[in-house]
This record gives sequence, structure tokens and C-alpha cells, in this order.
Amino acid sequence: MSELINLIVSGCATGAIYALVAIGFTLLWQTSQTINFAQGEFVMLPAFFMLAAVNIGLPFWVGILAGTALSLLILGVGFKRIIVDPMLRHGTLPLAIATMALSLFLKESVKEFYSAEAQPFPSIIPNVDLHFWGATVSTQSLGVLALAILAVIALQFLLTRTSVGRQMQAAAQNPTTARILGIPVERMIMYTFLINAALVSLASLLVTPVYLAKFSSGETLGLAAFIAAIVGGFNQVRGAIAGGLLLGIVDNLAATYISTQYRAAVPLVLLIVVILFRPQGLLGSAEERTV
Amino acid sequence: MKPDLPRLLGLVGLVIAAGLLLVMPFGLGKYGLFILSQWAVMSIAAIGLNLTLGYAGQVSLAQGAFVGFGAYTGAILTTHGWPLIVALVLAIVLCFVIGWCLGYPALRVQHHYLAFVTLAFSTLAFLVFRNEEWLTKGIYGIDGVPRPEIFGLSTDSALRFYFVCLAALAIVSALVWWLIRSPWGRAFVALRENPIRALSLGVDTRRYILMAFAIGSALGGVSGVLYAPLVEFIDPTPFTLGLSLNLLLMVIVGGQGFFAGPYLGAAIAMLLPEWLRFAQGYYLLIYAVFVLALLVYSPTGLLGILDRYLTARSTRAASAKRAAASATLGDAT
Repeated sequence: MSELINLIVSGCATGAIYALVAIGFTLLWQTSQTINFAQGEFVMLPAFFMLAAVNIGLPFWVGILAGTALSLLILGVGFKRIIVDPMLRHGTLPLAIATMALSLFLKESVKEFYSAEAQPFPSIIPNVDLHFWGATVSTQSLGVLALAILAVIALQFLLTRTSVGRQMQAAAQNPTTARILGIPVERMIMYTFLINAALVSLASLLVTPVYLAKFSSGETLGLAAFIAAIVGGFNQVRGAIAGGLLLGIVDNLAATYISTQYRAAVPLVLLIVVILFRPQGLLGSAEERTV
Repeated sequence: MKPDLPRLLGLVGLVIAAGLLLVMPFGLGKYGLFILSQWAVMSIAAIGLNLTLGYAGQVSLAQGAFVGFGAYTGAILTTHGWPLIVALVLAIVLCFVIGWCLGYPALRVQHHYLAFVTLAFSTLAFLVFRNEEWLTKGIYGIDGVPRPEIFGLSTDSALRFYFVCLAALAIVSALVWWLIRSPWGRAFVALRENPIRALSLGVDTRRYILMAFAIGSALGGVSGVLYAPLVEFIDPTPFTLGLSLNLLLMVIVGGQGFFAGPYLGAAIAMLLPEWLRFAQGYYLLIYAVFVLALLVYSPTGLLGILDRYLTARSTRAASAKRAAASATLGDAT
């Protein structure tokens, strides 16, 4: 029983990180039909920006801010301006392939210009084990979960309660009508790219102390984020959260209770079943846009 | 009458390519021949994917898995003493059936959802290759896959086996050329352009979607059966999701829906990284930048550039004719 609690809590912590990445992924899809195959690398990169900033002598906190700023600039503005904008008119598939090439580019760049070795990364949350009813829960898991939930609540507030957020939703649901009503659709799309960059920076900050900073660490994360996004519902922020948490827990339980060999298969089977029987996702509503 | 420019270009391209492919190998070393054979083998898989994606418009991220099925069929049967041709037939049947079944999700879901179903399938296939040791020998792999004898001739030398691969590519190309000009090929294109209209015109879209998947996958199997004796050692590592993505990249970079697209795309994906070896550690980096730049410049791929040029040219020719015609009309009045 205590083992089960351990697994569920740590599963939630990993799942919360998956959810952050998945939310960014769905936001990009909704506003600009971008399937970002480099999303995993987008999580890998900010940690290296932060490490590089610390290496040139900045204090850790300033390094985090500098790394985040750099991520917003490169993974937000740069990604949209240089790659997405020229390709958007030509359908989703060439753009998806371009993001695959981008993911190769980011991985190789980090490998060549920083290091091929895994780098330790300091945690912003002190790691202490707490004991409840015989179960051991680390403060790191709880902290990650708390920060991720805070970020999601803030995002939800922004999207549903502020004028900018509502304009963003309008731009995503019906760009033509939004434009007629005077909403600057282009700027709203740019905001979603910036939000995505901010989310992956946060995810990077939370996940890297656990898995270390390595050029290849984005691969599994990216796949997990796709699965979380689809399982939960591609067009709902709360769907991505549910998908992320579910996936984190299922992943952890499968590793312990089902064969370790086929551990990786469980989320994939979950994905296939959800797509075939409930393509709109567990919490999503049927997609109205014809693509 | 003036010759049709696109057709002329195609013919010249074909003659030059055939000449190069027949002459070039004699000047190449063992490694060069290996890369060129690999290009021929991967082209077959890419042609299959181009049929599914470029002509029928169904996204598949599972082509690499079918190459894997073919490779394992080839490796397992030939190491047990069966001739390669038996493995080839079995692989075609196997991949056709599995591809047909994989087509069923395509009847329910489209586009990015279909991409993710096939992506999951591809990763599951890799797990099976790795974990079912009784059949695939798992991570230890199957070594000593023999090269076939054809008409009593051994194909052990790299040069001879290259010509086997090239001949297979030629046969597949001819069959596919015929297929896309048959009513089936036209039905595939109708499916891609406007499925609802195709249905209302009496095209059985269900059957053609499944058929597009099945034929494309069977070609993946053919490519795999040749891949096994080419590398002579089969383990799960080449058949990760990466191969499926790479095959998709070949089709898009070459130009999806163009007959010559997969050959060009495979050449870029297989040969360009090798030519860039002089750049040492940076070769994958340069390759990624090249693909990115190409797609940003021309999202319809390499042949898209040519296509745009030809369209612009014929538009110019047509407007010149119109101008001439209106001038003579002006004289008459």
C-alpha cells in the first residue's frame, strides 16, 4: 500500500511535467496547426541556456532568468518567425517534417557546442523525504507538483478571465471572424508561442534536476507529451493536464507491476485505444475545425 | 509540334540517372557500394510510403516497422536455409495483411491522429523486435544472413549485390509506374484530393484506403527483405521510430506525390550525410540545417521547385499566345 502511494505521488510529479509540455504542444496546434516534433528538445534546451549563463559567472537565480529570456527569444519568437511563418500556408505535414529536422539540429548543436555528457543540474527545491503513514514522499515531488499546478492555474486564469486570453481563444477558434472583430490574430498567435516557450522553460527547470541535462533527454519527454496531449484531448488545456497526470501514474505503475520489457508499450496501447474509441480525448470536445 | 517539356525533362533525367547508376559503381569502393545499395533499398520503402502518403494522402509513421518486418522475415528464413525468394513472397504477404489492418484506423481518424496511431504502432513493433527473443534473438541480433544465389550466380561481392538491389528497384519502379496510371492510381489521387467527391462518384473509398496502406506497406517489406542480406546482420536498432521518420522525411524532401520524389529524397537522406563526412562532428548539424532551409524555401520539396518553375513557364507561354492571338484579332477588325 505504501509503495502504491509512493508510485502515485511520484507519478503525479512526472505527470505534471508532461502536462506542462503537453499544454504548450496543444496551444501551438490550436492557434497555428503546428505539430511540434521538437517539443521534447524544447524542454532539453532551456536547461543548457541556464547552465551556460551560470558558467559565465552569473548567480543561479539570474542564470535561470537569463536562460528563460533566451528561450522566449529563440524557442518562441525565433521559432515562429523563421520556421513556422513561411511554411504555415503549405499545410501541416511539411511543417511537421521541418520540426523533426529542427529537433535533430537542436540535439546536434548541444552535443557539438556544449557537451555530449550528461550535466548535473541544481534543484530549486530542497530534497527531503517526508513520511506519511509508512509511505515516503520526497519534497521534490511535492514541490514539482505544486509549481506545475500553480503554472496551470495561472495559465487558465489568463486564458479565461483576461481580455488578452479571450482574444487568444477567439483567434484559435475562428481566425477569420476574430480578425473581422478587430482582434490582432497575428499577435495572439505570437503570444501562444511565447507561452509555449515559457512552459517548456518551467518544465526544463523542474525535470532536469531529476533526469540530468543531456542532449538526448528530449526524445522520451517529447513522445510522452504527445501521448498526454492526445489522451487528454487535443483542444483542451484541462485535457492535457488529465492526460499528463494519467500518463505519469500509468507509466510508474506499469514499470512496477507489468514486465519492465513492455513498460514502454503501456502508454502506446493507451494512446491507440483512446484514438480509436474516443478520438477527441478523454476530456476533449469533438474537433469542429476541418483541417 | 513542340515536345512536352516536363516529359522531356523526365526522360533526360531518367537516362542520366540510369547511366550514372550503371557506370558509377565500378569506380566505387566497398563502402561506397554499400551506401549506394542502401540508397536503392531505402528508395523502395520510400516509394511505398509515397504511394500511401503522396498519392492516397494517408499519413503513416510506420513504414520503418514494415522494413523491420521484411528484414526479420528475410533474416530468419534465409538463416534457416530457405531461399530469399520465399522470404520475399512471405514478407510481401505478411506486410500486405498487417498494412491492410493498420489501414482500419485510417477509416476512423485522419491527419495528426492517424500519424500518432501509426507512430505508436511503429514503436510497439520495435518493442516486439527487441523483446521476443525466441523469434528475433532480441538485442543479440541475427548474424550471418547469407546473400542469395541468382541463376546459380553467387552475389557475395558488394558489386553484384548492388546490381541485385538496383534490379529490384527497377522492377518496383516499373510496377508502381504502371499502378499509378491504372484506374487504381487515379482512385488514390481522387482520395487525396477530395474524398467526399470520390465517394459520390462511386469510388469505394474504404477499399482504396486499405489498399493504399497495404500496397505501401508491402513495398516496405520488399525493402526490408533486401536490407537483411545487404547488411548481413539484423538487430532491432535500425528499426526504431527514427527510421519511419527518416522515410517520411525522404518523401517530403523529395516532393510528395511526384513519381521521382522518393529517389531524390532517399538520395538526400542517405548520400548527403556521407558527403558531409569531411565536416566530421558537424555533418548531422549541416544536414539538419539543409533540410530546414530547403523546407522553409520550398515546403513541397525539391521537385516542388521544378514544378513551380515549369508552371510559371507554361503560364508565360500561354499569356504570350493570348497576346499574339488578340493582336491578330485586332488586325482583323
